[in-house]
Amino acid sequence: MTSITGHPAGGEGIGYSFSQPTAAPVKQHGFYPYTDNGGSTLGITGSDFAILAGDTRSTSGYNINSRMVPKVFKIGGDDETGEGAQIVLSVVGFAADGNALKERLDAVVKMYKYQHGKPMSVSACAQRLSTILYGKRFFPYYVHAILAGLDEEGKGALYSYDPVGSYEREQCRAAGAAASLIMPFLDNQVNFKNQYIPGSGEGHALEAKKAEPLPQTHVEQLVRDAFTSAVERHIEVGDNLQMMIITREGIKEVFHPLKKD
Amino acid sequence: MPGFDFSNYNRNAALHARGVPLPKATSTGTTIVGCIYDNGVVIAADTRATSGPIVADKNCEKLHYIAPKIWCAGAGTAADTEFTTALISSNVELHSLSTGRDPRVITCMTMLKQHLFRYQGHIGAYLVVAGVDPTGIGLYTVHAHGSTDKLPYVTMGSGSLAAMSVFESMWQPDLDKDGAVKLCAEAIKAGIFNDLGSGSNVDVCIIEKDKPTQLLRNYEKPNERGQKERNYRFPRGTTAWLNQKVISKEDMKKYVTIETLSGDSNLAEKMDVDS
Repeated sequence: MTSITGHPAGGEGIGYSFSQPTAAPVKQHGFYPYTDNGGSTLGITGSDFAILAGDTRSTSGYNINSRMVPKVFKIGGDDETGEGAQIVLSVVGFAADGNALKERLDAVVKMYKYQHGKPMSVSACAQRLSTILYGKRFFPYYVHAILAGLDEEGKGALYSYDPVGSYEREQCRAAGAAASLIMPFLDNQVNFKNQYIPGSGEGHALEAKKAEPLPQTHVEQLVRDAFTSAVERHIEVGDNLQMMIITREGIKEVFHPLKKD
Repeated sequence: MPGFDFSNYNRNAALHARGVPLPKATSTGTTIVGCIYDNGVVIAADTRATSGPIVADKNCEKLHYIAPKIWCAGAGTAADTEFTTALISSNVELHSLSTGRDPRVITCMTMLKQHLFRYQGHIGAYLVVAGVDPTGIGLYTVHAHGSTDKLPYVTMGSGSLAAMSVFESMWQPDLDKDGAVKLCAEAIKAGIFNDLGSGSNVDVCIIEKDKPTQLLRNYEKPNERGQKERNYRFPRGTTAWLNQKVISKEDMKKYVTIETLSGDSNLAEKMDVDS
């Protein structure tokens, strides 16, 4: 049997071509504990230094929460001045979790010093940070962390983490909103990926350009260029650039203005 | 057949139900404004086009031509603002030719709202229509669903709240041309700096009674990029290749015809290229 509309008339009334709502839709309530505060961080090491940098913009959606919220922190130093610190941590993603993580790691590094009478090594701190992150495996700190300092030989050390504690020591790493824009630039300019020595051979015999530690001023320029370029193409990156330069002499913190649109 | 082609609709709906994502359109974040003054009307726009959090175009044009003395600022889906204004512009010209009269802003606004209402908001064009006609000065907003407003100062797009805050604190009923242009530029800048969906430069269009319309492209450039600190030119031979074949200009002529044009190179807008 077919109704006047051309559709089969089902048992219950008119045969609509669209689905009939049978009852009031079930209201779903949700609690979302995470937000994305945007921004980006970047770390590069050299033979006797490490640099950790991040922009200072905090966003939510299309809004700017603040133009001056630092993402890079000194760990294990004086509460106010950060004096005496030898390790630096950057956190990007969910700012509240980032702060909580920084506070926890800071306390741990201080307790280590009080109990053992010597500062915590970067490698030990790196392992401890991994443990802290994995401790919240099923309610993670929603952050990409990067830890930097100098290792036992005085060389620049950089460790990068995923939100649940998987970590690796690297020469360079970009994290956060513009990581996908900055990381390929770093691969090319720090590790010289896709660069070959001109005239060294033909076809597959061509010799790849070898990566070697870069001088400090060179790295500082790369960091600034990476951020000014990321600002051009990513809406969540901007306002100011915060750079922490870790050397044997201590940690130097510098700020640099970025575009504010 | 005129109009849209829906022949892929069922296929795409089925694909989407199986988890294939729908294509993403460009630019939903924008600041556009308009403001009337004693002898005309000013509209202005930012120049950022976005695709999600990525800036797709740093210097795009959001002020569209409808008629010599009717212009339109567009927010929402870039393609929809572009094609809707082009379609209405075409119909307005035919209408003006047929009636032998100058087109009116209210006619244009009515055609836009009827077109947009028919598509029930699926055409994502959010417009500010402005101009002068024999009846006087006109300034309207048209929403994608077809609703319209007629006001002395208007804002639209994701930066509309930032821009409106400027109008609400600085607008006066007795503005002159310079005052209106400055106020509109200030409102756009509020959007540029406080709304992440808006950025780069300010475009302004001034439509005045008995005067030719002025499109002031990049009226203000408050966000120019500084010099890069390093030079990223690669030495010749840095990129690997497996084999090469040189085709001379003479060989090329076998496959293509070469024509030299004598156009004025200053007429076309130069493309921005990073050094």
